[in-house]
Parts: sequence; structure tokens; C-alpha cells
Amino acid sequence: MAYVAIADRDHEQEHHDPQTFITKYVWSQDHKVIAVQYGITAIFVGLIALGLSAMMRLQLGFPDQFSFINPENYYQFITMHGMIMVIYLLTALFLGGFGNYLIPLMCGSRDMVFPYMNMLSYWVYLLSVIILVVSFFVPGGSTGAGWTLYPPQAIMPGTPGIDVGIILMLVSLAVFIVAFTMGGLNYVTTVLQARCKGMTLMRMPLSVWGIFIATVLGLLAFPALLVSAIMMLFDKTLYTSFFMPAISSMGSDPGYTGGSPILFQHLFWFFGHPEVYIVALPAFGIVSDLLSTHARKNIFGYRMMVWAIIAIGGLSFVVWAHHMYVSGMNPYFGFFFATTTLIIAVPTAIKVYNWVLTLWEGNIHLRVPMLFAIGFVFTFIHGGLTGLFLGNVTIDLPLSDTYFVVAHFHMVMGVSPILVVFGAIYHWWPKITGRMYNETLGKWHFWMTFLGTYSIYLPMHYLGFAGVPRRYFAMGNTEFLPDSAQDLNAWITMSALFVAATQILFFVNMIWSLTRGPKSDPNPWHATTLEWQTPDHPPKHGNWGHDLPVVYRWAYDYSVPGYEDDYIPQNVSTDIAPAGRSHGVEEH
Amino acid sequence: MEIALIFLAVILATFLGWLLKQSFNTAPWVAEVVSDTAHHGPLGTNSRLIALLTLLAVITSFFALIISAYSLRMELGDWVPMTEPRLLWVNTGLLVAASLVFQWTRNAAIKGRDAALKPGLVLTGVLTAAFIAGQLLAWQQLEQSGQFMTSNPANAFFYFLTGAHAVHIIGGMVVWARATTRVMLDRGDAALTRRSIELCTIYWHFLLLVWLVLFGLLLST
Repeated sequence: MAYVAIADRDHEQEHHDPQTFITKYVWSQDHKVIAVQYGITAIFVGLIALGLSAMMRLQLGFPDQFSFINPENYYQFITMHGMIMVIYLLTALFLGGFGNYLIPLMCGSRDMVFPYMNMLSYWVYLLSVIILVVSFFVPGGSTGAGWTLYPPQAIMPGTPGIDVGIILMLVSLAVFIVAFTMGGLNYVTTVLQARCKGMTLMRMPLSVWGIFIATVLGLLAFPALLVSAIMMLFDKTLYTSFFMPAISSMGSDPGYTGGSPILFQHLFWFFGHPEVYIVALPAFGIVSDLLSTHARKNIFGYRMMVWAIIAIGGLSFVVWAHHMYVSGMNPYFGFFFATTTLIIAVPTAIKVYNWVLTLWEGNIHLRVPMLFAIGFVFTFIHGGLTGLFLGNVTIDLPLSDTYFVVAHFHMVMGVSPILVVFGAIYHWWPKITGRMYNETLGKWHFWMTFLGTYSIYLPMHYLGFAGVPRRYFAMGNTEFLPDSAQDLNAWITMSALFVAATQILFFVNMIWSLTRGPKSDPNPWHATTLEWQTPDHPPKHGNWGHDLPVVYRWAYDYSVPGYEDDYIPQNVSTDIAPAGRSHGVEEH
Repeated sequence: MEIALIFLAVILATFLGWLLKQSFNTAPWVAEVVSDTAHHGPLGTNSRLIALLTLLAVITSFFALIISAYSLRMELGDWVPMTEPRLLWVNTGLLVAASLVFQWTRNAAIKGRDAALKPGLVLTGVLTAAFIAGQLLAWQQLEQSGQFMTSNPANAFFYFLTGAHAVHIIGGMVVWARATTRVMLDRGDAALTRRSIELCTIYWHFLLLVWLVLFGLLLST
């Protein structure tokens, strides 16, 4: 009776042990398979979005050289690139992918608490992706309203894709939110209810903390996107005036009365800002675990790290209007939101200090996952610092419509989370597949990606200062810019194409590993967390064989004085002296 | 947006309070055997209840945001306050009755009076369906009097709010239908059915509360 959640699972498992190929790998209720399904789908749409960004860069670097890129296409590329990367790739990959894989394994559960709903979550997500991809091929093409979909332009003539594209976009978002809610209920319930014995909240690895708090944020913030999507659908299809002001279009009156576009912006950013942290918090958590594992040191200030995650999550709900400084808001509002925005720097800086202090005097192993984790610390500090600039109203106003903003948000929520995604894939790949990849190829992949992205985004800051406007298909009346601005743009495009091309290394490496890679050790990094302690490698359905693990310690017992091994797994008992213990020196 | 923020603050404060209790004054780095219940969730071991409460938080956020949008949109010049159909009072009565009957059925289920389950569940279903029918009738009355969704933002919000609420009720009725089928055909685990009825009751009370808030908002503006 003491443990109904797990008892339920054991009970169900007897009946649902997958038998056929279809139930094992397609209609699977196993969290690990669902995680891989989420991951593959997300990476697939991510590649589409990467291709779109390459097309955009071609036009920007070499204007009018390519006949297949016209202004309409260009805006469609921008829109779909942003939307896919933020929502369909990063949100889905961090929560649907890593959340699904790591939560049950790291918490010591057999599976998610509601496996059927978990399966449904993936298939509904796939449906939203299909709707999204279909919108490329409908008459008029996908929407070109920008990823923020601001009305009135999102549904007024002049914007590409106002017939079907925008409708499919909004429907796809609504479907995605349903999928996310089903997944999110699972993640929250599993973290709260299905941890194994001894796994207190404050012993959870920070990866789980990051994913958990990000899920809570998502559950509370995505309804704002849903509300705005539904209301915009009404405005588009039924001609209500929630957001649409009295406006005439090319001499004709579409019949809208006095709606408020600013209302849409409020709703959108009420979702949009927490969304940044929905992507960032799992990255924070995963990076903490990677740094600690590969530096063979306990994470510096674990409790502070947990509370920083929670504080960032809470604060992220009261800063949304800093995306709207240019909408002409009351200066007192601007002051309020600038203040809250700058306050977020405090918990974020705590995290950065703690990462650096974790590395301090650590026994650092520069393996591929560690390289990506350290790379993240660089790009994140960089993007965070420019965030301090943009958080101030007076600095934001002139910079808001320039490439400075593009550089800022790509550093902080483009490059940084993607580096963590790669680090995490390289870290958990042996556990997921049971095979190793080529270390050298992985390092090449890191250095080319890391230096390449710097070469893209660092110059963008200068372009922004010089006043190069963002969102423009062609420069227009920008005689104040020196010709070298265009040279820099060409350089950025070359770098972007280079970085896009180097990603082939990653796929080659992974396919090689899957087919020819050497079998990996069950715990190749000598990590302490539970997912590396499974009886089977890779873990089978049900994860733990007959008995669930029991946890005696936190996830960061690395290099504990008096022990020969430099790590003690979480499920090693306190009263049985571990095999690697050397002289029996008792510290206390 | 203040309304959404207040709701959010309440939800987050509850969550934070519990987290604080779990994590305050702990020393995570000390390896030791902890108590048998240390890994339990905030409400013992009832996963379905946790999931339901989380879902209710999501739905609360959804309606709080619509209400925020309502109050922001109301301040603009083209807003003409509308008079709600009298029928809504009858519908409210139906929904209150449905909630009461559901509570009665739940109490019967807990105390093991299984004979009361069938009539209780059926009556709840009838009352709830009558509420939905009543809402549709109210829509029809409005349209007959020429008040369409596009006539005025107040009307648009009226249709949106009542529609969104009705969709949530219909979603609840899917779960109600499953529980009722199980009781009718006398199939499935009795304990599971009882738990399902308990959770449905909470959901019904919650949607009644949402309706009362929405109705109050519509009447007062």
C-alpha cells in the first residue's frame, strides 16, 4: 500500500509487455522508445529549419543572386525557421525527448506514470508536425508573418500565406499544446509520485530539476499561446475583432472594428518569455550534470542551483513586456519590466558562477560531452551579457530592430541550447544505443560547430550597432552603412553554410556508431546517477529488472575523500563499505 | 494581465510552499537512509489526483488568461455591454444540481452503497447534458435576436467563454461516460471505478466554480 504508484505500474506491466515489432517500436508505451521517437521527429523538423536558415542567409549574404528566393519566400523561411526551432525542435526535444528518457531512469521508476497518455502525447505531437509541414505545400504557402505572428499583418493581404498557411500554423500550434499538456502532466506526476525509495526531491539530479520546472512553466504558459491562437483563428475565419483594429486594406473594408493588436502581444509574450526558460532550464540542468560528471567533482552549491532554477522559473512570468518596449508603453511599465528583467540576472549569474566553480580544480576530462558543456558556458555568458543591454528600455529602443537582437537571442537560446542538445546526445548515446561513437569525429564536430557559430553571431553584434535592420529582405534606404557591412554579411553567410555542413559529421558519426560502433561499457563515464546503474545495458522495458533501486545519497558523490573510486553511485548503500574503499579512513 | 498574474501567483505560491517544506534545512550531500515516505508526492501516493490537480491548474491558467484578455479588451471604445439571456440562470441551476448529485453519488460510492451509483451517475449525466443543451439554446436565442459573434467584442467573448467552458464539460463527460459504462455493465475493478467517480466529482465542482466566475463576470460587465 505504501507505494501505489509503482505497484500500479508493476501490475500494468504484466499485461502490457510489448510483443510484436509494432507494439515495441511504433505504438510503444515505453518511455525510452517514445523519447527516441520524439527526438528523431524533432531533429528531422530541425533539419528543415536549418535548411530554411541557409536559404535566408543566401539572400542576405548575396542579395538577388538566387532566383528561387523572392521576398514572399524569404518571410516564409524566417517565420518557419523561428517557429520550428523554438517550439517543434527545442521544446519537443528537451521535454519530449530528454524529459521522457531521463525522468523515469534518473528517478528510479519503471516508466512514466501514465504510459498510454505518454504514447498519445507523441502521436499528437507528430500530428502537429505533419500539419506544420503540410502548410508548406498549400496554395499560398506557409505563413510569413514572423514567428511572433503579430496581428494585424499576420492575417492581412500583403503577408504571404494568409489564406491557408496561417490557419494551419495556428491549428498546428493548438495541436502541439494538447500534445505538450499530455506529456507535461506525465512528467510532473512522475517526478512527484514515482521516485524510487530514498530519492528525495533534494537528491534528484539537476537535469530532472531543470526538466521538471520547465514543464511546470510550460503547463502554465502554453495556455496563453492557445488563447491567442484560438482568438486569432476567430479573427481570421469568423471576422471577430479580438485583435484586429478598424482597418482598411487596399481600399476595401474587411469589417473589423476596434480590436487591440497590443492585446495579442501581451498574450503572446506571456507565453513567449517563459518559453525561453522552458528551453533554457532543461539545458541548465543537463549542463550541471555533464560538468560535474566529467570534472569528477560535486556540483558547486547544489541547493543554490535548485533554487536558482525555481527563481528563474518564477521570475520568467513577470518580464514578458520587455519584448514589447517598442510598442510604446507607459514608461512606468517599462521601468517595472526592465527591473524584473535585470533581477533575473542574479539567479542566472549564480548558476554561471557555480558552473565555473565546479570546474575549478576539477579533474577535467575533455571528452566530447564536456567540450559541448563548456562551450555552452561560453555562449550562454555571451548571450546573457547582451541580454543585460537589451533589458534596458533606452538601449533596447534603438537596438530592437537591428541584428544586435538577432545575435543576442541566437547566442542565448539558439546556439547555447543546441550545444547542450549535442552534449547530452553524446553523453547519453552509449546508454540509449549501447554503443560508442568516434571520439575524434565528435571533437571535430564540436570545434567546427563552436567556432563556426561564433563566427556567425559575433559579427552580427557589430552589424547591429552599425544599424543594419533585421527582418529586411533587402537593405533599402541604408546608405549610412559602409560597404563593409555587406562583406561582413557575406562572411556570416559563408560561416552559416559551413556550420550547417559540419553537422553531417554528427550524423555520420551516429550512423557509424549504430552500425559498426564498439559496444560500450554500461557506465562509460563512471557517473553516479541511476540511469547508468541499470541491470541491463541498454535498459530494457521496465528499466530495473525485478527490484527497484534504493537511493542512499545525492547524485554528486564524485571524488569523495577516503574512497578509492572517484565516484559512488546513488544506489550504493551507506552501511556496506564499497569495494573501492581504501583504508577505512572515516571523515567524521 | 493582472488577473492572470494573480491566479498564477496563487498556484506558484502553493507549489513553492510545498517545495520549501521538502527542501528547507536539508543536507543533500549527506549519504544516509531516509524515511520510507521521503520519496512520496505532496498527496501521498495518489498519482491520478496529482495529475488531475495539475490539469486543473492548466485549465485555470487558460481561463484566467481569457478573463485577462476580456478585461483588457473591455476598455476599448467599441465595447457594447450585452444583456445575457435569462436562460443562463436556469442553466446555472442545472449545473449546480449536477454537482450536488455527483457529490451525493461519490459519497455513496465511498460508503459502499453501490445501489445508488447507477441512478446517481445517470442523473448527473442528464443534468450536465441539459446544461450543455441549455447553453446551446441560449446561443440560439442570442442569434435569433440578431446578436452574432461578430456583432460586438462583448458578444464574441460571450461565445468564446461559454464555448470554451462547454468543451471542458464535454471532455469531462467522456470520463463520466467511461465510469458509467463500467458501473452499468458491472465491469472492471470496483476500486478503480470508485476512484474515477471521486476524480470526476472534483472536476465537476471545479467547472462549476469556473462557470460561476464566468457568469459573474458576464453579468457584471
